[in-house]
Amino acid sequence: MSEASAYTKPLPELEGHAREFYGFCKQRELRFQRCTKCRAWRHVPREMCAGCGSTEWEWARASGRGSVFTWTVVGRALHPAFQEDTPYAPVVVEMEEGVRLLSQVVDCPPEALEIGMPVEVVFDDVTDEVTLPKFRRAPA
Amino acid sequence: MAGQACIVGIGETDYCRKPGSGMSQLGLQLTAAVRAIREAGLEPAEIDGIMPFPNLGRAEEFAANLGCENLRFAATVHMGGAAPAASLQAAAAAVTSGMASHVLLPAGWNGYSGARVRQTVAQDLASIPGGAIARDYYLPFGFTAPPQWYSVIARRHMHEFGTKPEQLGAIAVTMRKHAQLNPRAVMHGKPMTLDDYLASPMLADPYRFFDCCLETDGAAAVVVTSAERARDLPGKPIAILSGACGQPYPADEITNREDIFRTGLTIAAPEAFAKAGITPGDVDFAMIYDCFTFEVLQQLEEVGFCKRGEGGSFVEGGRIELGGELPVNTHGGLLSEAHVLGMSHIVEAVRQLRGEAEGRQVENAEIGIVTGWGDFGDGSIAILRR
Repeated sequence: MSEASAYTKPLPELEGHAREFYGFCKQRELRFQRCTKCRAWRHVPREMCAGCGSTEWEWARASGRGSVFTWTVVGRALHPAFQEDTPYAPVVVEMEEGVRLLSQVVDCPPEALEIGMPVEVVFDDVTDEVTLPKFRRAPA
Repeated sequence: MAGQACIVGIGETDYCRKPGSGMSQLGLQLTAAVRAIREAGLEPAEIDGIMPFPNLGRAEEFAANLGCENLRFAATVHMGGAAPAASLQAAAAAVTSGMASHVLLPAGWNGYSGARVRQTVAQDLASIPGGAIARDYYLPFGFTAPPQWYSVIARRHMHEFGTKPEQLGAIAVTMRKHAQLNPRAVMHGKPMTLDDYLASPMLADPYRFFDCCLETDGAAAVVVTSAERARDLPGKPIAILSGACGQPYPADEITNREDIFRTGLTIAAPEAFAKAGITPGDVDFAMIYDCFTFEVLQQLEEVGFCKRGEGGSFVEGGRIELGGELPVNTHGGLLSEAHVLGMSHIVEAVRQLRGEAEGRQVENAEIGIVTGWGDFGDGSIAILRR
């Protein structure tokens, strides 16, 4: 998207589970933890399954499809790196698997967002190391 | 332990924005603390318990400055803005169990002239609710600050229950109206209409600029002791009937909650009312932690003053104004008095119950509640009685 040296926005620390989550994104795969015992999906990554107590999980591939659950439109950035982006919309997407994640819908102006709007994942290589999962509008 | 602990002293500094307090964060809090201690008829050296607000000072430095040579109890409730009301319960437990005799609860900061909230959140991982979760999964997407985090809940409420911007505006306008009765309020002398509210710019839609609390300099403090000890002190003690606190689930991540409206207060409020043996209908006023307008509406619902989804109509028609069915934040709150992290809500509740709220007294106020809201929806409540 942009040159690595020019990217000034906050980045995830690529360590622990975040290293794995974003590592899959770099490979164009959206994966979430899934308990191998009770099969429950979860996000954000955790050390154990809060439902059954199992510490065994797999990184299961998600369909990449979901819908808009809620969002906000930032009119005044409260972080300097996002000042030029206003107005922009952090969006909570509810995935088909049931987990939700915070992201953005790249091809939709904030005023066109609707609760329930179908979206699908796209991958944004914001730096050489980090790829963020974002979304675009999808057919219903 | 109902009624066995009391608030016996209150103290505040001036509240201001420009040019700033001119004092250090600790100096401000010590000033409010000494006022509260002396107002209680105590000497600073008699304080043997201190409960500092999270990340705003250590009990050791308060004690060293105040000359508390016998500090026995030091604890902090890590619930952000829910800490002060939650600390009342802990302080009550401390004084009724003998862990301490006189517990000081200070809070204060240079919220205007010092590090602003936006800077803290951007730069200090330790101060962000959720810590590494926010760093790794929120901040990269521009989800960086409290009005943004909470506004996604407000939007769901609007979607599910038809809550309107004008109803959020009614809260902002009411807080501003109350501030006109409080000479200490930063917004005293600066009235605001619903049109002013609606014309203010969107900060984090659906939150407009006037949905958001003030950023101010100032400190407040209260002193808690046992009812037995309070009998020997000169002032009128205000009983802590009960207190409770709770957390949403999960508390460290705001988007993956099965029920997005279930916050800490949802758990805490029924517990506090049961322990006090009263119901929301017995309450004469409410001091609600008003970081943003929707949080007032949501807490009124979760406390049980109205059903979930009915908060929008509840706040209309003057019901939460002085003289209404349930006066809320008679001092003007975080929205229009000052942002003192919830401690000034306790101070105002004590004033009301003592009958000392000049010019804004709730008639025959006997029972009041104070709530706190912090981090990603931690909640606390204290029920007080004159």
